[in-house]
Amino acid sequence: MLETVKPYLWPVLFGVIVVAVLPLLAGYVVLLERKVMADMQARLGPMRVGPHGLLQPIADALKLLIKEDIVPLNADRVIFWLAPVLSVTTALVAYAAIPFGPGFQIADMNIGLLFILAVSSLGIYGIVLGGWSSNSNYSLMGAIRSVAQLVSYETAAGLALISALMMGSSLSLRALVMAQQNQGVWFIFCVPIAFFIYLVASIAETNRAPFDFPEAESELVAGYMTEYSGFRWSLYFLAEYANMIIVASVATTLFLGGWLRPLASVHLQIPGTRMEILDLIPPLFFLALAGYCVLRAPRQPVAVQKVFMLLVAGFCLLLAAALGWSLTSAEFLPAIHGAFWFLAKVFVYIYAFLWIRFTFPRYRFDQLMNLGWRILIPLALTNLVGVGVALVLHSARGWGLFPAFLLTTLATLAVAGFLVNEGDKRLKVVAVGANGE
Amino acid sequence: MNGAGALDQVFFYFFAALAVVSSVLMVTRRNVIHSAIFLITALLATAGIFLQLQAEFLFAVQIILYVGGIMVLFIFAIMLVHQDVSLKQLRYSRQKWVAGVLGVILVAEFWFALDKGGSLFHPGAPISGGLQPNTEQVGQALFGGYMLPFEIASVLLLVAMVGAVVMAKRRI
Amino acid sequence: MIPTTHYLYLSLALFTIGIVGVLTRRNVIVMLMSIELILNAVNINLVAFSRAYGAVAGQVFAIFIITDAAAEAAVGLGIILAFFRNRETVLADEMDLLKW
Repeated sequence: MLETVKPYLWPVLFGVIVVAVLPLLAGYVVLLERKVMADMQARLGPMRVGPHGLLQPIADALKLLIKEDIVPLNADRVIFWLAPVLSVTTALVAYAAIPFGPGFQIADMNIGLLFILAVSSLGIYGIVLGGWSSNSNYSLMGAIRSVAQLVSYETAAGLALISALMMGSSLSLRALVMAQQNQGVWFIFCVPIAFFIYLVASIAETNRAPFDFPEAESELVAGYMTEYSGFRWSLYFLAEYANMIIVASVATTLFLGGWLRPLASVHLQIPGTRMEILDLIPPLFFLALAGYCVLRAPRQPVAVQKVFMLLVAGFCLLLAAALGWSLTSAEFLPAIHGAFWFLAKVFVYIYAFLWIRFTFPRYRFDQLMNLGWRILIPLALTNLVGVGVALVLHSARGWGLFPAFLLTTLATLAVAGFLVNEGDKRLKVVAVGANGE
Repeated sequence: MNGAGALDQVFFYFFAALAVVSSVLMVTRRNVIHSAIFLITALLATAGIFLQLQAEFLFAVQIILYVGGIMVLFIFAIMLVHQDVSLKQLRYSRQKWVAGVLGVILVAEFWFALDKGGSLFHPGAPISGGLQPNTEQVGQALFGGYMLPFEIASVLLLVAMVGAVVMAKRRI
Repeated sequence: MIPTTHYLYLSLALFTIGIVGVLTRRNVIVMLMSIELILNAVNINLVAFSRAYGAVAGQVFAIFIITDAAAEAAVGLGIILAFFRNRETVLADEMDLLKW
């Protein structure tokens, strides 16, 4: 029996680590969001709890945990309780397939990408059932909107992911990263259109502004979570941010080279050693961060905050030491630095999310549907044909990777632009006809 | 019996029991949303059985298409037709007893056939390891020998899509 | 190893439950869902045989059946929605316009 259990030991341990760390990470994404928002609006953001508001997520979590848990009258109690749990569970299960580094993955499935798509398509039930069971019209409207939105944009996102699959010719996420290593190029440079489509579709899938219709604060109070409060509400919140991290991880793995360092095929070595210059970036980054914290420490208003700032500096130093130490060992270098680069790329992607959220005005629901069905899906389909042509040119005709993809990308844009333009003309004709009646 | 085989059996009987129980509940629940939820459970249990049969690709297709696509459509439709009315009405139609007897006869018939002829279905032991690599094999079959059926299926989907739009639109 | 007949018994159970559901329930949506259950039972059969005989054809046909189920659900729900808009009911025994 022990022999049966043994191979599951490491995956289970990794799983426990991910489940334990993730809520914390999600909390800090919230803090990041508030800080970025404040920065873009020329404010400071949360500053009170901990230095620069570093403990704000923990305070928020405590507040949410002790709030009253309200169940509306005539709600379907069991489903009302089940829905947020479902939402969080599906969000967490998807992490099983994501490779955070070459040695840090819960399970390298041969259908990894399909698994993530499958699990995230289950996440919709959390929203739909929560909205339905609340016995409130705002919630129901939010639920119905979320169904329409997710079904439309999942198609576009799936079609965009297929072009990366065609590049890497595998469904296993680890194999996709290895393919990017072997071909010496991140797939975003080969299929930029697919990346763009996935970026837009993933914003819609995670219900973020400018596509936040299931929540739609200005129209539906809070959409499907109108009737939720306290712990259950925070579960929805956690699921939303966990989903953000998932779509960022998927985009990172498929388009941005996963755990690979930028310029992974460039090997500039420090003379006399086997260390590479580019591998020095992660430890130096944390050293710089630690130095900044030390410099800021005397300017904190309270003594406790000064001490805390120094603690943060110490933590950064520790990370820098770990990253620096791994430079000397060939065994740990890829694992630890891989995780660093992966998380760095994920945060860049999430920053793009936040940037879009705070700079674009919200769409209208029919505009959202038009964007999905009339622009993104035709574009994705055309792009799929383009990627196929480019791959044939590359492998059968012996073209270089970049000329082939440059040509097909431009051709795809031209064809898709033509199609969308023609569609728009017909749409206008229909609209004029409708007004004439 | 080694450990892995025992685990296999545990998975199969768990998922089988889950599928049967939740499909019975699906047929008997009064609230249509509850029915849909139990059908989703049954479909997920079936996906588990596909996984246990080492058909990973079908496992993913079952969840993405059936659970994530078709059942979402069902729930969408249920939300659009207001259910408060039908909650107070009779669940079963008048022919329920006839249907029940027919069901019993059906079970008896198939059970007899399986009991007597089940041994025909043993072409030796099932291959260990299954059809691996699964996704590649299914893909090659779909785009190789089953190309024409595949194209016909896509035409069917197109027709169904047009049909559904025509049905659901108020004015064309 | 689990014998193939056990999968067939499971499939039989789901199939019968689906048949009884179609025949007894009044709500058309539940009837449609029961049909989905029947198709699903057939899929179990196909995949079990595909495993037993080592032939991939069973899995391919299961994919075709899922495609078919999607088409059926789309058209069926379209009809139900259209009918509900006109007659305000989703009950099978009230759909009796042709009996006049």
